[in-house]
Amino acid sequence: MSEKSLNLNLRVWRQKTADAPGEFVTYKLDNVSPDSSFLEMLDLLNEQLIETGEEPVAFDHDCREGICGTCSLTINGIPHGKGRMITTCQLHMRKFEDGETITVEPFRAQPFPVMRDLVVDREPLDKIIQAGGYIEQRVGSAQDANTLPISKEIADKAMDAAACIGCGACVAACPNASAMLFTGAKMSQLNLLPQGQPERYKRAINMVESMDDNGFGNCTNIGECEAACPKGISLDFIAMMNRDYAVAKVKRFFSGAA
Amino acid sequence: MNLDPKTPEGPLEKKWTNAKANYKLVNPANRRKYSVIVVGSGLAGGGAAAALGEQGYNVKCFCYQDSPRRAHSIAAQGGINAAKNYQNDGDSVYRLFYDTIKGGDYRSREGNVYRLAEVSTSIIDQCVAQGVPFAREYGGMLDNRSFGGAQVSRTFYARGQTGQQLLLGVYQSLSRQIGLGQVKMYNRHEMLDVVLVNGVAKGIITRNMVNGKIERWAADAVVIASGGYSTVFFLSTNAAGCNVTAAWRAYKRGAGFANPCFTQIHPTCIPQEGEHQSKLTLMSESLRNDGRVWAPKKKEDCAKNPNDIPEEDRDYLLERKYPSFGNLAPRDISSRAAKEVCDEGRGVGPVVAGERRGVYLDFRDAIQRLGRKTIEARYGNLFDMYENITGENAYERPMRIYPAPHYTMGGLWVDYNLMTNITGLFAAGEANYSDHGANRLGASALMQGLADGFFVLPYTLGNYLGAIPPGEAGKTDINDPAFADAENAVKESISKLISIKGKSSPRSLHTALGKIMWNKVGMARSKESLTGAIEEIRALREKFWSDVLIPGDADELNIELERAGRVADHLEFAELLCFDALDRDESCGGHFRVEHQTEDGEAVRHDDRYANVSVWEFTGVGAEPKKHVEPLNFENIKLAVRSYK
Amino acid sequence: MTSLGKKYVMAVSGLILVGFVIGHMIGNLQMFLHPDWINAYAYKLQNLPYGLLWVVRLVLFAAVVAHIVTAVLLVIENRRARPRGYSVDKPIQSTFASRTMRYSGVILLAFIVFHILHFTTQHVHPEFRDLYRPLEGVPTMHAAYDLLEATGKNNVHDVYSMVAIGFSAQYWYVSLFYVIAMGLLFLHLSHGISSMFQSVGLRNHVWRVRLDRAALVISIALFLGFASIPVAGLLGILPYQDMVQGAYIHTHPTP
Repeated sequence: MSEKSLNLNLRVWRQKTADAPGEFVTYKLDNVSPDSSFLEMLDLLNEQLIETGEEPVAFDHDCREGICGTCSLTINGIPHGKGRMITTCQLHMRKFEDGETITVEPFRAQPFPVMRDLVVDREPLDKIIQAGGYIEQRVGSAQDANTLPISKEIADKAMDAAACIGCGACVAACPNASAMLFTGAKMSQLNLLPQGQPERYKRAINMVESMDDNGFGNCTNIGECEAACPKGISLDFIAMMNRDYAVAKVKRFFSGAA
Repeated sequence: MNLDPKTPEGPLEKKWTNAKANYKLVNPANRRKYSVIVVGSGLAGGGAAAALGEQGYNVKCFCYQDSPRRAHSIAAQGGINAAKNYQNDGDSVYRLFYDTIKGGDYRSREGNVYRLAEVSTSIIDQCVAQGVPFAREYGGMLDNRSFGGAQVSRTFYARGQTGQQLLLGVYQSLSRQIGLGQVKMYNRHEMLDVVLVNGVAKGIITRNMVNGKIERWAADAVVIASGGYSTVFFLSTNAAGCNVTAAWRAYKRGAGFANPCFTQIHPTCIPQEGEHQSKLTLMSESLRNDGRVWAPKKKEDCAKNPNDIPEEDRDYLLERKYPSFGNLAPRDISSRAAKEVCDEGRGVGPVVAGERRGVYLDFRDAIQRLGRKTIEARYGNLFDMYENITGENAYERPMRIYPAPHYTMGGLWVDYNLMTNITGLFAAGEANYSDHGANRLGASALMQGLADGFFVLPYTLGNYLGAIPPGEAGKTDINDPAFADAENAVKESISKLISIKGKSSPRSLHTALGKIMWNKVGMARSKESLTGAIEEIRALREKFWSDVLIPGDADELNIELERAGRVADHLEFAELLCFDALDRDESCGGHFRVEHQTEDGEAVRHDDRYANVSVWEFTGVGAEPKKHVEPLNFENIKLAVRSYK
Repeated sequence: MTSLGKKYVMAVSGLILVGFVIGHMIGNLQMFLHPDWINAYAYKLQNLPYGLLWVVRLVLFAAVVAHIVTAVLLVIENRRARPRGYSVDKPIQSTFASRTMRYSGVILLAFIVFHILHFTTQHVHPEFRDLYRPLEGVPTMHAAYDLLEATGKNNVHDVYSMVAIGFSAQYWYVSLFYVIAMGLLFLHLSHGISSMFQSVGLRNHVWRVRLDRAALVISIALFLGFASIPVAGLLGILPYQDMVQGAYIHTHPTP
């Protein structure tokens, strides 16, 4: 419970449509409760804009508790704003100073075109999953779950990878708009588990190729993605992907397949 | 209204087997001729779309989110129940069935619930095979935890993100079908109407949320899996986008809405901090294992630092009222106890709308007894989450908690095959009324969503489609006048909304609705509060339709238009909820009528009059809906009174 | 080539170059020993059997070309993937070195070209080609003296003097450039050495710390080792400074 309210200058990216040129517009917003979340602050801004007859700022959001991965926003240059392991909806205004100017930009990456204001299209991440981020397992044909023991270490590691919420902050944080942390995590979750072995190398090749086809950039191992990730996904999973893909290519080369 | 539940013949444990044995089938080569529309991409919708795609049907799946992976199933934390009996503690399909019926306060259909318990085991098998990383023991076997309302450990979990992991499993299966072209996915599409051709559901109308385009979609069957309606309270633990629109539009087309008054309030949420707030965050109920719930005895202590309030001035309300269950009293009872002290003016925390809403959940004694390390190990992530949201350190200062709406048991009426009373229109997951009666047990929502999507609809839809001759499959024409009418109605309603250009933002009207609903139709309801609420809702609806302000146009990405459409539906739906609550003159599960309680404040059911399902038929906006009743026959379970003293 | 294919090329070519650079530095440190050491060493390398010198040169050249071509491709593709950056850009955890690989790389390339013209082809100082000195028979590990003795001549190219003159005070700017370039090499490798292992998938969070430390130690060692020579030359403090052939006056090469 904080008593003092904040007066802020918000420098927000406004862009009417995907094709329109965008620009920064600065708004003054007073009496923001330090207890409110960043998105609630934007709600407040929108109420103020609507009152004055202006169009509200469009932004993506849904669960508002840091799990759905819908909220995006790059706040003062950092995807999801300052503070480790949080999403924008979990960023609270008490982390800002009274009188501060806050720059709010959409996630920037060629594969994530801006649709309006701060809303971007992250469908290419879905496309990577569609290319191979699954286990082919028809509903109803599974054996009893406990016939396949999985060591706790492997299960925990797979869970570490599976914690990815698909928000795209890794891509947004990367100066190359690379999606390797996302792809690495999604691939490694399945490639670590015994259930994922039959499709392991096919998956590695298909997901990497889809990632490239969707226009994501290359990884230069600088680690910004890991730092921006609200779930703390480790670079280890990129290394695992690198290894699996290399093995997959070697196997394919010697198997004579195209 | 035909409310034949179509429960199959035979003893309880044979019903589903018999049903499957008699269902019609579609030849694999013919399946591609049939098309199915699925609205919603959560566990139920996404699961159904994936499973039907695998079977070879042409599936179109719609969601309002930017990706099917974001459906609100993702937010479930605790776990998923299944009658696996891996812990060898006496669990069985029958026991899960029994617990669910009893937990639901005897307001659900035996046949449906038994099937749910029966397929629960296959769900776990399926999810593990798909790569869901459930928690494991060192021996490599699946781990379980125990959950409220059960005496066995049958809950499977994946850290605190079980919902997300299960949803991702579904999403991955769905993605595979999308990649194969079996399922066409339409993100950022909101369903705005169901189209009935000669009384049979044959398609939907959607709005493309990016460019505002209104589109017609035809299919041989339509599945609504659009979730629950807790956002009618504005503040709830649901996602900001959750809404009643899809179910409500189906209702307006003639689908029966069953038991809308059965809403569940979760006791351990982080209290509201101020008027700015957009959502309430739930913390695991497990906190009550070690925390003690109290409020100051004296009103003048409420603003004080709780650590300065001496022991003798603290009212440990749950321990006082329910000595045997104490702080572990069930959800509805704990929630009401907290509300009562706040209504008495003994609430704590910031003043919001003239009232302090919160009670303390104090870990002081537990920390003294077990040490801070142990408490940290047990609840560290929850304490961190609490501190992130409130800025308070719960190791040093008691947590504040308050109840919040988080699940709705009511929904579209469905028969055993999950078909509504409209032929060809199915409802699944939280959107339907089927398995949870008047109250849902913890870790059962995920179970029901996956059961409906993976294991029920793929059979029952096949049965429905099997009755359509292959020559007639896929023949619905979107140029049929029924589609044109529906499209025009949608367009008219949108241009009406846009043209009002009043002064009130959709959000402010939603907030106002939420206040009415929470204060008068929330945890405790009375004839007086409900009739008052209906009047207020009507007045607010009038204000909405004369004073709402939506900037921008209909043919663009317009967040306020989206919101306004949903609020408009909530404003109509809220009235139905009140009518149902008014009509159900008993206290039962999540529905508590103050007129029906024992001297100690326990709920009093009236099984003689209300051991049934109230199904409402639309008769026009503002007109009193028509009530139909589906009687519930309890052949295997004896109705009993719940007691937690 | 896929994105990962490029990563592998960068890593493998980088590994070859790092290996070369380490060997090169160790060889260079012979400047602090009797001139016979480095002169014999150079003679030995120049007279490797079976054209091995050219094999090594070709491998190195191929590695450099692969490294550069791939880097250029990466830069182009990465620009395309993120054509618009943030108006406020604040790195969170990445190191300065990791973010500036392309710049340190470009300057290093310029350095390599100069360095080859300077000491290998000696186009910068064609007069260096005339510097010769007999081996004095100081025992070195190269055994070049014994080989030459047998042939009856022991005049070898005086690399020792060439380097000492090249770095002498009159060419202070050359020494300065060398030291700066070695600073950039330090930057480049402090990220690159650990990064290679990540690229081929041989790193995890435990080994990341270890490899990062190893990379730092190696790149510091390389910087000190390499930079010590131009610094010593500049200050005129090589241990055998008096054996440098008469102060070399620079004249422009005549045709």
